[in-house]
Amino acid sequence: MATLHTKSAARAMMAPAVIVLLIWMIVPLAMTLYFSTLNYTLYNPISTPFIGFENYSYFLTDPTFLAALANTLILVLGVLAITVIGGILIALLLDQEFYGVNIVRLLVIAPFFVMPTVAALVWKNMMMNPVYGVIGQLLQAVGLAPIDWMTEVPLLSIVIIVAWQWLPFATLILLTALQSLSADQKEAAEMDGAGALSIFWYITLPHMSRAITVVILIQTIFLLSIYAEILVTTQGGPGSQSTNITYLVAQQATSYGDIGAASAGGIVAVVLANIVAIFLVRLIGKNLDA
Amino acid sequence: MARNVTTGRKIGTTILAWFVGLVIFFPILWTFLTSFKTELQAISIPPVFVGFDWTLENYRTIQTQSNYFHFMANSIYLSLGSTALGLIFAIPAAWAMAFSPTKRTKDVLLWMLSTKMLPAVGVLIPIYLLFVRFGLLDSRLGLIVVLFLINLPIIVWMLYTYFKEIPGEILEAARMDGASLGKEITQVLAPMAVPGIASTILLNVILSWNEAFWTLNLTTSNAAPLTAFIASFSSPQGNFYAKLSAASMLAIAPILIVGWFSQKQLVRGLTFGAVK
Amino acid sequence: MGQIHLEKVRKAFGDVVIIPELDLQIEDGEFVVFVGPSGCGKSTLLRLIAGLEDVTGGKIVIDGADATTLPPAKRGLAMVFQSYALYPHMSVRKNIAFPLKMAGMDKAEIDRRVDYAAKTLNLDNYIDRRPGQLSGGQRQRVAIGRAIVREPKAFLFDEPLSNLDAALRVGMRLEISELHQRLKTTMIYVTHDQVEAMTMADKIVVLRAGNIEQVGSPLELYSQPRNTFVAGFIGSPRMNLLGGKEAAGYAAATMGIRPEHIRLSTTEGKWKGTVKVSEHLGSDTFLHVESPVHDEPLTVRADGEFPVHAGDVVYLTPQEDKIHRFDDKGLAIRGNGRVAG
Repeated sequence: MATLHTKSAARAMMAPAVIVLLIWMIVPLAMTLYFSTLNYTLYNPISTPFIGFENYSYFLTDPTFLAALANTLILVLGVLAITVIGGILIALLLDQEFYGVNIVRLLVIAPFFVMPTVAALVWKNMMMNPVYGVIGQLLQAVGLAPIDWMTEVPLLSIVIIVAWQWLPFATLILLTALQSLSADQKEAAEMDGAGALSIFWYITLPHMSRAITVVILIQTIFLLSIYAEILVTTQGGPGSQSTNITYLVAQQATSYGDIGAASAGGIVAVVLANIVAIFLVRLIGKNLDA
Repeated sequence: MARNVTTGRKIGTTILAWFVGLVIFFPILWTFLTSFKTELQAISIPPVFVGFDWTLENYRTIQTQSNYFHFMANSIYLSLGSTALGLIFAIPAAWAMAFSPTKRTKDVLLWMLSTKMLPAVGVLIPIYLLFVRFGLLDSRLGLIVVLFLINLPIIVWMLYTYFKEIPGEILEAARMDGASLGKEITQVLAPMAVPGIASTILLNVILSWNEAFWTLNLTTSNAAPLTAFIASFSSPQGNFYAKLSAASMLAIAPILIVGWFSQKQLVRGLTFGAVK
Repeated sequence: MGQIHLEKVRKAFGDVVIIPELDLQIEDGEFVVFVGPSGCGKSTLLRLIAGLEDVTGGKIVIDGADATTLPPAKRGLAMVFQSYALYPHMSVRKNIAFPLKMAGMDKAEIDRRVDYAAKTLNLDNYIDRRPGQLSGGQRQRVAIGRAIVREPKAFLFDEPLSNLDAALRVGMRLEISELHQRLKTTMIYVTHDQVEAMTMADKIVVLRAGNIEQVGSPLELYSQPRNTFVAGFIGSPRMNLLGGKEAAGYAAATMGIRPEHIRLSTTEGKWKGTVKVSEHLGSDTFLHVESPVHDEPLTVRADGEFPVHAGDVVYLTPQEDKIHRFDDKGLAIRGNGRVAG
């Protein structure tokens, strides 16, 4: 719906953004792919012989990789479960009438704006420290033994910290979806004799289903690459109990200087993320037509 | 709201909602309180809530000992710089996609989105090596470019969804009235899209401010923003709770306020327009 | 001046042809209305003339100069859009001044022209308001004001009244007609409403599927429709079109007779029928009569006090000199169609 003038102008206007993103995507990825086939360490960066898939077999058969893969899955699924279920419940609560709605909204979404390093350190020291942490003191006050979160349950600790950061996101989006549900529909269901639980199950939940899908997919993208939270709390330990793929790959490069293995790991991470991305892109693409 | 909710029920909901809100907010509230305590009070058992001698000592120490403002300045440079760069590239692109769509526009938008999903760790090594090669490591410029690139898809998307809501007839009217392409964008489109552009800026500043993969891996001190500054407290220094709290408050306060103002637009930006 | 000639103009979006080759002459000072059902290509044609779309083939000549590839602003035309397309962030004054500012006119001249336009269109009281604070009719006037200050060669109107309520529409229709009387500038007006076309136009262009079905004055189209489409489209209520035996009696494939050209009687006439619905409008009464001569009810106009009700038997007689005859391709057969019988 335009003239040749505007069409060619449009192409020229789009070009810079497209070109920089294209370079940003292709050049490093191609380099990573190339490095992943070399025996390339920072200790001997002069000689980098081609070794085919050896880095992949090394990375994929490393027991730490399997542990990291499992940890990644637990981290993603654990946080998703907490944030989606918690998000639905809190969204339902905030959708009610009560005094101070706006202030409570602000309180609930606040953690989302806290930078990952601050969130992790505050939780590690001031909440979860077995001696001085608030949780420890609370447990002691009721006569329970305090837990040394970071060494006894490192992965759970990280799940809790990350879930705290992402709960506001899920809540905010689910609340937005909830508020777009027309009162007519609920009233019609009420006229048809549906109780509160049936209304939730047959009307509200289906209405929120797309928002829930969006929350799951977008969070998954971000949760797959959790890094700072691990770096400043457990550093992947004890052992590799709280190492995820992202942390493992970064560690290969920064701690062990193994560029080849880290590159192979990076490619593995890209493949994993792509599986999720395909679903997300399809979902959002469908929405574009609507 | 056609019907009145009974007062009893409203009070019950109020209590429950405030309880949930305060539990979620508690770590931030506790950090805020602790930042005004002395180190001793910060670790007192049982913990003191408000009945302590409020002091600004920690804030003073943070600045003198660790040069807080240097990191703060870097955070501001990085978030504003990457956002400005993003707008320069994204406004024309979003204009083209919203008002001269072709069959491929949708594919281009989705492709841009997919670059956002590329895990950073997949390209960390080459970017790191390229930065070393071109002397960009620990430089503001290098980080601005990286943050600009990782957020560009979000900026394009947000602007696109806002521009789409502006009727094309108005731009056609401007064209009939003799406005050149530049004037069409600066004098008609941009003023009409001010709210959308403002929320795009806010979200992008928040995302850049809190970005903690590239900022941690590509800086050491010179260009290090607040994310890296706080990360340095993970060492034994972290045992000084009051100082950690003061530093944390300084790092999150600006963005918390920005975030509170932009919460409504946030949903749209973070879901790429899939939830409005 | 404001002469617009379209020569073999064609428009296609990919494989979809919106407008097959089309020729049209618009003379200086004419009020031309493009009318047709939705999707007939009338808006596209207007946008081609405006320069908001490229032609796929052919030439657009404005005042003797080839304007086919000129950008919109260089064609010297002004357009009033269906949604008015006012700039929401500018006051009425700035909206009207915008095209002059773009043309680089000096401030004093801009002010003079804007004030003049505001006065002619009764906008003085709203001049500092934003479009959002105006009613539909006022916005419409601002849009017209923005068009007239440029003193264009021709005005283009794209269904400008379709967003107004019925009462306002009649008022604005008159205002636009008066404006044309006063300015004597060429106007091209697109509408799907044949009443607007009939009341305003010097020349009506009836379009269907991108083809010009007929060009002519309102009365020409009314009295001599070139084919069954124009016959059915122009005139309200629609012309009755009958096929079969009745048409054969007039040596035609289809015969047409307008509701106002049928004599009505309760006692005798050519066709016998039963009143199905009667619509009393006060001045007129429209009857929908079921008759064996046609499978759809025939529409007949009677005067306001004609005493009939649903279920009554009536007799209809078409006025012989007002009968339209069409051949098997739907084209009008000219000449006296009187055939014995």
